[in-house]
Amino acid sequence: MSLDFKPGAFNGFFRDETFRDDFTYRNSPEGIRRFPFPFDRDDYMYSVNMEPHTSGRKGSVFEHTFDVDEHYVSEMIDRAKVLAEDPLRCQSLPHMTLAGWDLLELIMESKARDYPQWFSLTKDGNRWHWINRPLGIDQTFTFLDESTLPYGPFEYITRQTQGDFSLQDERDNDLWMDAGMITSQADWSLDFDIGMSFMEWHAPVPLAHEKGIFDRALKFLLKLQHGAPVRRFNWTMTVNPLLDTAPETYPKWGPTRTTLSQDNMGNKMHLRVELQALFRLPRSNAVAFSIRCYLGKFEELVTVPKWGRRLHRVVRDLHPDLAAYKGFLRNRDAMAQWLSAYDDGKPTSPGWWPED
Amino acid sequence: MTKTEFPPAIKSRPVYGVLAPRPGALHLIVADGDGAAAVTDLLAKASDRASMLASTHIIYTPGPDGTDRSADLAALGAAQCYRAPTIPTLLPRLQRVLIDAHMGTQFYLAGTEGLIGQAERDIMATGFPATDIQKEHRGSTVRRVQCVHCKGITENVATDPFKCSHCGLNLYVRDHYSRRLAAFQGVNIDAEDPGQIPQSVVKFK
Repeated sequence: MSLDFKPGAFNGFFRDETFRDDFTYRNSPEGIRRFPFPFDRDDYMYSVNMEPHTSGRKGSVFEHTFDVDEHYVSEMIDRAKVLAEDPLRCQSLPHMTLAGWDLLELIMESKARDYPQWFSLTKDGNRWHWINRPLGIDQTFTFLDESTLPYGPFEYITRQTQGDFSLQDERDNDLWMDAGMITSQADWSLDFDIGMSFMEWHAPVPLAHEKGIFDRALKFLLKLQHGAPVRRFNWTMTVNPLLDTAPETYPKWGPTRTTLSQDNMGNKMHLRVELQALFRLPRSNAVAFSIRCYLGKFEELVTVPKWGRRLHRVVRDLHPDLAAYKGFLRNRDAMAQWLSAYDDGKPTSPGWWPED
Repeated sequence: MTKTEFPPAIKSRPVYGVLAPRPGALHLIVADGDGAAAVTDLLAKASDRASMLASTHIIYTPGPDGTDRSADLAALGAAQCYRAPTIPTLLPRLQRVLIDAHMGTQFYLAGTEGLIGQAERDIMATGFPATDIQKEHRGSTVRRVQCVHCKGITENVATDPFKCSHCGLNLYVRDHYSRRLAAFQGVNIDAEDPGQIPQSVVKFK
């Protein structure tokens, strides 16, 4: 299953598009309306901002446990290409195999329940039959027997699921990132960070440690219960719809930050939103993070008047340390200038929904 | 030379204390360069020095700046004292000793970050808890740095930026540190503006 998808699946719903080279990725008008715009007010600063990951508004990215959208098939092809170029983007320390099975079960059960038209899971004891129609996969295997799958359970299921995933082992009152499938990351290296504690892998984040954000977040996550997942947003900015902004390949994509002008800003600059969901896993007691990346072009987002006004104000007023950490300090003024045309100074309503 | 004082840094950057004797069945000491002075200070603090020395194994190598105090350590009279010429030749002996080390072994690491980090990595890989490992920094502050791009490790980095000894990219040195790799992270400094490389300055001595 490396690049041998049989996606006869670009039939109407799933878009045939690229996240590299010619960058044909875009959102449909329906996709823009359901974009998870992450700002619920006109300014931004870190907060723990976690809420229960329960089923949200119908049609929104919160409706299902693992959102499957129009970019699904193309994202999975992009992931396969990243892994073919650099297998170190998926790693799992030896003691994390059981957590991988836990995650496989969670994803298969969720997708089969939420999207029966695309996924099906039938069980005969430990003999499981999984069908993934969009990717053309039909797999019979024995649950908890690695030899019956073409990859380890963690890699197998995350090659079929949008978003990056990391698995945290809980020891010594801490969470240790001991496995990851990381191909659509906002510039951090799994290969470097694997095995780190919660505070260690968050160490480079500015301002938040001093505000006690990570102390509170870790305490909160250690209490996470099976069956009661939580979610939060994170965000950054990315030039071109490039999912794989990895530090490993920074010399390749870094120069694109110098290619922006007022003429191409709307098409090239993307708000990159991470919908992070956290799940306690039942057998391993590990914590799964899903880090789902949504990319929205500036020119797409400003078609929603409220978002155009608000995005301008957030970008213009963001603390410079955060703009630097998120990698867009050098372009911030130009971004704010382009967005200012969509801010008429009118007040915005609270919350992130497009028309509330 | 006494314990090195480092400025406050991000939370993945290792912190070091001062070695103190603890009760243990075996005292495994790994040191390089000026770390030898931390070892002699440690033994001077022992309440029963003779008994501690009788269950002490010292593994030592000269520091990256050439400092060699192996004679001081040999004069202590530990049950075992070994001088390796380099860190890479020290590690196989450490790994062999770890196979026989039982719970209750106390670990004392002293010297440069490269030596301390690699010894700690190998000790933790055998399952000993971090609480059984004491670390004291002495001497050179040169860094062991992994290039995030090619994964190559460059030893004894003194300047920032520096040229990766494997792929040749110009890297700036972060404080972000991986205990699994025993290395700091190096990132291409002119990725966004190829060719614009700031003047290299000696930052780690």
